[in-house]
Order: sequence, then C-alpha cells, then structure tokens
Amino acid sequence: MSVETRAASPTPINLLTGFLGSGKTTLLQRLLADPAMGNAAVLVNEFGEVGLDHHLLDRIDDNVVLLKSGCLCCTVRGEVADALQRLHSQRARNEIPWFDRVVIETTGLADPFPALSTIQSHPVLRSHFSIANVVVTVDAVNGGRQIQERMEAVRQVGAADVVVITKTDMDEAEDTENLVARLHRLNPAARHVIAQEARAEDFLVDASAGRSEDWLRDALQAVEASEAATGHHEYAHAHHDHAHASVQSFSLAIEDRIDWTAFGMWLTMLLNRHGDRVFRVKGILDIEGEDRPVAVHGVQRLVHPPVHMSAWPDARRQSRIVFIVDGLDPARIEESFHVFNRLSEKVLGPNQTPLRRAG
Amino acid sequence: MCSLCGVLGCDDHWTSAIARSGVYTRNTDRLSRRREAANRKKLANALLEPWRLKLAEWQGTSYVLSSPTGNTRVFESLAHLWPEAEAMSGRSFDPLDPDFLGRLRDRP
Repeated sequence: MSVETRAASPTPINLLTGFLGSGKTTLLQRLLADPAMGNAAVLVNEFGEVGLDHHLLDRIDDNVVLLKSGCLCCTVRGEVADALQRLHSQRARNEIPWFDRVVIETTGLADPFPALSTIQSHPVLRSHFSIANVVVTVDAVNGGRQIQERMEAVRQVGAADVVVITKTDMDEAEDTENLVARLHRLNPAARHVIAQEARAEDFLVDASAGRSEDWLRDALQAVEASEAATGHHEYAHAHHDHAHASVQSFSLAIEDRIDWTAFGMWLTMLLNRHGDRVFRVKGILDIEGEDRPVAVHGVQRLVHPPVHMSAWPDARRQSRIVFIVDGLDPARIEESFHVFNRLSEKVLGPNQTPLRRAG
Repeated sequence: MCSLCGVLGCDDHWTSAIARSGVYTRNTDRLSRRREAANRKKLANALLEPWRLKLAEWQGTSYVLSSPTGNTRVFESLAHLWPEAEAMSGRSFDPLDPDFLGRLRDRP
C-alpha cells in the first residue's frame, strides 16, 4: 500500500485526559502493550519543567513527542498543532515509523475542549486528523471528591466518550458502584469502564461512521435508562449530588420532524451564547426530507461534522437529543427548540425540502 | 478553495460540512448548496429582524451583515454570524430569552 493511499483517510486521534494522578499514564502504558495499539504515536503534555511521563513510554519512543510548555488549555494549543503537523510530515517522508493513530495525553488540569477545537478548526490538521474519542480517567480514591469540588473534573467527565475508573483495587478506594452511578448521572451518554477491564477496543474506535453507530446505541440506552428511572415522558433529567448541583443531564424526545436549517441556526445560536455551559450535546435527528437519521455531536462550542446514519435503530424513528448543561433550564431549551423548528415553516414554507420517499 | 465548485473560500461551519463519506451535509451539489444558503439567509433574517439587522450573501462565498446606519461586516462562516451581530448591536442574542422566543412565536 502506498503512503498516499494510506494517508487518504484522516488519522484518528484519541484524547486522554483526567485529573493529576488519576492514572492516565498507567492506563496508556497498559493499552499500548496491546498489539492493536502498536502503531500509535503519542503526544505527552507535561505541566512543569521536567517531563517524566515520557520515560514510562519509552517502548515507542520514536513516536513519542513531549510537549514542554505546560498547561494544554492555554499555552500549548499551537504546540499541539505544530507537533501534529510535524508528525504528519515526518510520516509522509518515512522519517518515523508509520503510525495509524495518535494518542494525546493531556495534563490533568486541561479542559479537553481547546485541544479538540484546535484539531478541528486548524486548516491543515482538519484534513489529516479526526477526533476519534475523548477518554477520561477518574480514580476511585480521589475522583468522587474532585467531582464534588472541581469544575475542571466535571467538565472533563462531561466531555468524555469513555470514562475509565482507575485504582478500584486500592484499599482507600471508595465504593465503586456509587462512583459509577454518580459518573453515569453526570454523563449518561459515555461508556463507563473499570481500568482493569479497559481494553484497546475502548480506544480503537473509528473516527467517523463506526463511532457514530456506537454513540447512537449509547445515547439511546442513556435516554431509555433515564426515562425508566424518572418516568418522565417529555424529557428526562437527573440532578447531581455534587457541589456543582447546577450541572445536569437531560434528554429531549421530539415527535415533530426537524428542519435542518432551523436546527443548525438554533444550535449555533445556543452554543454562541451558552457554549461554556453546554458540556455535551448528542442527538439522533429525524430530519425533514431524509429517510435515515442524522447524528450530531458537540462539546461546548465545538460541533463535529454531522453523521448520516445507515439506518434507524428501532421502528420509532423518534428524534432524541441528550444534553449535559450547567445551570440552563431544560424546559427553556426545549421550548426554544420548538419555536425555532416552527419558525422555519413560517419563514421557509412547508415544502422546502424533498418529501420523504415512500417505504 | 471549494473542491466542488472551484470558488475561493467556503463556509466551513458544521451545518455545511465538506461532503465526505458518512457526513450529513447539503453542501453537495450546486443546486442543493444554493438552496440551503438561501434558506439559511431567510431564516437568519427572520431572527435578526427585531434588531433591524440584515444578512446578505456575497457571491456564495461570504456573508454581509448590515445595520440600518450603514455599518457592515463581512465574514465567511456562519460561525461568525452571532458574535458579529452581537458586536454590531451591542446586545446579546439569546435563543433562551423569553421575550425573543415570544416575538418569534407571535410572528405571522
């Protein structure tokens, strides 16, 4: 296979984050031992003068790049971009071993959003790399307290696709089931795994279609679980028992078909004003004029390219949107959605899009 | 440059994502792209109307936002619409504001 052909599809990036000492490097080290992760390049971000973590990752030192400038959320955005571009061009010139995946391990203080945003909006990177998922480690010893006390921890969990719970085997570990339940309430759409059971498959998701099928299933399960728990028909929501009680997840179930133009305008306007309080949006939409569902996925102000799903998972064909928000009223968000959706009919007329084909 | 029409520059907002396998977009052929752009402009103008701002398109590549006093701003992506409108009018545009939603609901 030629280099050109291999490089044609974007290289997936896994973003690994989690609080200081929550076991990111240990997890990464173990996963990299898996042959399936053998061709991964690793970017390690260190907070402080001397980086130590890369010494632990020497097995693949050819492809480990240490970012030296500290906190990823502010100073290193350019450095991440530079490091990725360098990796890309070195790979193209065969100067480093071929890699088919990049893992970025961030400092424990980082909000994952700036790195995601850098990768997706960078004019060069966005053509060569795509974000596969965000993996967040939460340790069973300190995790519960961090979620209670630190907004950064809540944001990290909110942005996660996979939450890995570490250190459950330590004596000081708090009740794992209780922690899992709390994390689940905070981000019901993420997959929650115990570190000892974590496998390379948790990282090895496809950057586009495969992942979308995954989150469709996860989001549906989350909606059904929370609906079953609360018995609420319109939207189900869960309040949290941590210090940031204003953070909650809820889902909207929408019966009307959705106008794509109005939805885009609505979500753009919502995220412009309240993006820093919308930790996560995941939705499966029944778009007017389309047979197949469209999945949307956003973290704060960043929305990934929408995915055209291959089929509806069940016969209901019901649009569902899962939100994790901080201090926003679910009822107001739902009302706003419907006002925008109806506005499009008034402004654009009912027949702007092709009719759904029969069958 | 847009790989489909050859026009220099194009809106890279997620609502008009580059057509790739598995991606949902109406940025596919000229007709569907133009129809979507026209709809988007109409809808944006309905939302901007209460503040007397107007959105126009320039050559299918840029948006032009103008105020009644003749102030104009040009930008390429829909992502810039609301920050530009807020900077121009000095107000915040909140889709959760009950007054704003009321006005949209009462629109004939």
